[in-house]
Order: sequence, then C-alpha cells, then structure tokens
Amino acid sequence: MVDLSVNIGKLKLKNPVLTASGTFGYGEEYADFVDLNRLGGFIVKGTTLNHREGNPYPRMVETPSGMLNAVGLQNKGVDYFINEIYPRIKDVDSQVIVNVSGACLEDYVKVCEKLAPLDKIEAVEINISCPNVKQGGMAFGTTCAGAESVTKAIRDAYDKTMIVKLSPNVTDIAEIARAVEVAGADAVSLTNTFLGMAINVETQRPYLSTITGGLSGACIRPIAVRMVWQVANAVKIPVVGLGGIMNGRDAVEFMLAGATAIQVGTANFVDPSVTVKIVDYIEDYMKRHGIEKATDLIGAMKR
Amino acid sequence: MKKYISDFVVESSVKLHANYGLLKLKPVEGNLPEILPGQFCQIEVKNSKNTFLRRPISVNYVDYEANLLWLLVRRAGEGTNSLVDTLEGEIVNVVYPMGNGFTMPEDKQKRLLLIGGGVGVAPLLYFGEALKKAGVEVNFLLGARSKNDLLELEEFEKRGNVYLSTEDGSVGEKGFVTTHSVLSEKWDMISCCGPMPMMKAVAKYAVENGVDCEVSLENVMACGVGACLCCVEDTHDHGNVCVCKEGPVFNIKRLKW
Repeated sequence: MVDLSVNIGKLKLKNPVLTASGTFGYGEEYADFVDLNRLGGFIVKGTTLNHREGNPYPRMVETPSGMLNAVGLQNKGVDYFINEIYPRIKDVDSQVIVNVSGACLEDYVKVCEKLAPLDKIEAVEINISCPNVKQGGMAFGTTCAGAESVTKAIRDAYDKTMIVKLSPNVTDIAEIARAVEVAGADAVSLTNTFLGMAINVETQRPYLSTITGGLSGACIRPIAVRMVWQVANAVKIPVVGLGGIMNGRDAVEFMLAGATAIQVGTANFVDPSVTVKIVDYIEDYMKRHGIEKATDLIGAMKR
Repeated sequence: MKKYISDFVVESSVKLHANYGLLKLKPVEGNLPEILPGQFCQIEVKNSKNTFLRRPISVNYVDYEANLLWLLVRRAGEGTNSLVDTLEGEIVNVVYPMGNGFTMPEDKQKRLLLIGGGVGVAPLLYFGEALKKAGVEVNFLLGARSKNDLLELEEFEKRGNVYLSTEDGSVGEKGFVTTHSVLSEKWDMISCCGPMPMMKAVAKYAVENGVDCEVSLENVMACGVGACLCCVEDTHDHGNVCVCKEGPVFNIKRLKW
C-alpha cells in the first residue's frame, strides 16, 4: 500500500490531485464521469462578493495545444454559493476549496469571512492572477506590494488554510511568492493562465471579445514546471502546481519539480474522467518506483 | 439525464458532397441510452495536429434497432476535417448526450415547421422521426446554397413533407428559407437550426407572425457540461447562460437577438 496523502497547511488531502478553478464547475457537472470522493479535492469556480456577468461572448478560442479564455469571473456571488451550491456539495468525501476573487481588498476579505463558518470549506484559494478582469484580479498579483497587501488583509480575517494563486505574467514569480509567504499565506498555487491573444486573419478581428485572454493547456506546461521549480526553491510553504497537466505523467513531473499537490484544468475538457486516471497513475508510478509516500515525490528531481 | 463517456466503433463513414460526412457509430459495449432530439455529442478528434478539444456535434439520428448513432459533420476547420475523414473501423471516444433538446408539442394537432439550413438540418431528422412516431404531422423546410449542399433528402422525405429552397435556385424555390411560400401558411411552432443569420431571420419572421419558435445554437464550446462558461448566450431571464447545458435549444423569447 502506498500513501498518497499530502498536506497543504492544515488542509489534509487524501491524494495530491485537485481540479483547477473554473474548469470543474462545482464538481456536480462532472459527477457522471468521476467519483468525486476519489479526488484529493476540487476547487470551485472563482467566487466574488457580488454577482458578475463576466465578459461578452466569444470567450474562447482553441490554439495549438492550448486554448485562450476570457470568461471574466462570471459567477452568482458568494451568497448564492453558500445558500444554493454549498448544501448540495458539502457531503462529498474530498476537500472543497473555494477560489476567491475581488475588485478591492475589502471584497476579498468579506468573501473569506462569509466562507469561514462553512465546516466543509477548510481552505480558500485567493485569485490575484485573473488576466480577464479590469479591476483587481491580476492587478494585485503583478507586484509584491499588491500581493502582500491582499494576503495580509485576508490573513488577519481568516484562520483556515489560505492558498494564494499566482500569476505567471510577471518578471520574477519567485519574488511574488516570497512576498505572500511573508504576508502569511499557507501555500501558493501556480500558474494561472498566461496572457495571450489570437486574431482571425480572414475577418481580421480578434477571436475574443476582450481581444486578450488567458492561455492554458499543454502548451504552457514547460513554463509552468519551470516556475514551480523556481518557486519551490524560493519558499518554505507548499506549492500547488498547475498549468497544462493533461495526464498522470505530467502530474508527477510537477511533483518532481517541487509541487506538493497538483491541479488539473483544461484536461477536464478533453477527458472529463481524467482526474481519477491521474490518481491511479500516481499510485501506479509510486509502486513502480518503490516510493511509499507521495510526500517523497515532492521536489525529488535528481540532478 | 445521465451522461456517458464511451468508445464507439465507426460502422460507416460516408462523404456527402464535397464538404460533409455522415458517421454511423456503434457503442463498443452495450446499447445506446435514451437520447433526446436536439441533444449533441462531444466527440474526440484524432489525427488533427493543431486541435485537442472535442468537437460538439448534433445528434443527427439514433437507430436504436441497429444500435447506431448518426452524426452529420461539415468540414469547418482542422478538427471537423479530421472527423469527416474518419475511417470505418476506427474507434472514437464520445461524451453524450449533452444539452436539452427540442420541445415536443403537447397537442398533436399543432402545426410544426422544422427549418434547417446547411449542416443545421442534422438534428431535425431525429426530431422529425420523434414527431412522426408521436403522430404529429411533420413538415421540413430545408435551405442551402445549392442542391449540392442539401443533405439526406431521402431520409427527410421518409419522415414528412419536405419543402426546399436554394440560394441559386438549383432545386426548390430560389431564395432563402424565409422567402419560401410555405411560410405563408399558418404555423403554430417553428424549430430551427442553421447558420446564425438564417436563424435570426427565422426568429424575426416568427416574432412578426406570432409563431412560437425554438432555435438550436452552436456557440464555441470547450467543456460541454456547463463548467467552463465559454459558450454563453445572453438571455433576458438569466443573463449569460451556457449553451452546452441550458441549450443548445432555446425559445427565442429568452434570447437578446
């Protein structure tokens, strides 16, 4: 028997496999394909204080080995999550983490305060890296001072596990990671999507209503692996790795680079049952390599 | 409705004219579940270097007797090109059935007109079959650029009255579906699938003539299950909603067209 469990701060995961926010809905959307109880956990759609309509259509275009999206944090607000969604998913036997976004510091804090009393929600993931909203989002995530101020404000108001999701659209992501560590984050997750753009040359118009969008999928994986490795070497708190993980092999790659847990995003669109296959792969990989504990995989790259 | 992720074997793959293909798929294991007219599948695309997402394709027909799922595909890009070129005997992975479906009339006496344009005729064949079985008179109005873009005519003729219009007049009435003389008759309900300009013109006709009308949208999709919020359409009642989950079929009263 191998031990797949890992911890992120106080948060215990039965295995390192999480789903990336915005790609897995509220879990229910995938219940026909995945036994949700088999996942380490799932991170629900970005939640804001108030209802957001998101950006106009079109919001997505496929690119080589990737896709650009510009959803713009469409969601019905934190109260809707608490009253309508939470009662339906609170009995799942895996962790449910809420991804939190805001236009200003007060918004982030208020959302976290509203989530704190929910027993099932033992952790939040703070999104300071959304490339698709005008205010807040990535604006907080691209400077050390901005990242630090959000992290501090939430830390003062929220006792449970706080994961801060970092933007790759910066000069030195390790510097930002260190800033949020000092400010009290329990973990960092990276990377969010890369700012990108595509033009339809026949119509000579951008594919996305917002012109630019966030690039995800296999095409970003080597850059994300590099950033996870750099950040894991720069901070002491756990790193949650994501960015183009399409299968179990990719998940192991992130762990070898230094990730304690991983998130699966765009791959869910290709194979809605991929997450449980990744859990199975990691278990099988550990057996093949004689590794008893998943924690022994973290940062185990040989040099 | 429960959704499935299943492997299918391509029983037949037939090219229709230059730009279309009809795939008949059989589940590798078991029998097809209930599928509603108007629902769609998310089909895996193999042999396509620059694409990786599934392609949403309308259910064209379900032959429960032969355990075959029919998909009609138009060459619209690299992904659909690869689907049209799928060979018999190949295995493809399909997530299905997705979305809602067309509304069946409660009253069998209602006069329904099923309007399809181009490859948009696809879901109307299966819907026509369901209506015929339910004892409703079936009328199809099918439009295309020219006769070489009209698909599965013999299949439609088996299931109802067929009215045709082509832009070049090569068969049926010359013009658009909205200029066809059959629209001067009294209709209770229109079910429509086709290119966006056509559906908008049909919706305008329906509003002006007080006819109830449903359209099937094909917004660009990623997940197909209502998770990624990419394929949204703006509605009067709920703002942006996912076409893949709340649609693809919408009553035009909901849409901000």
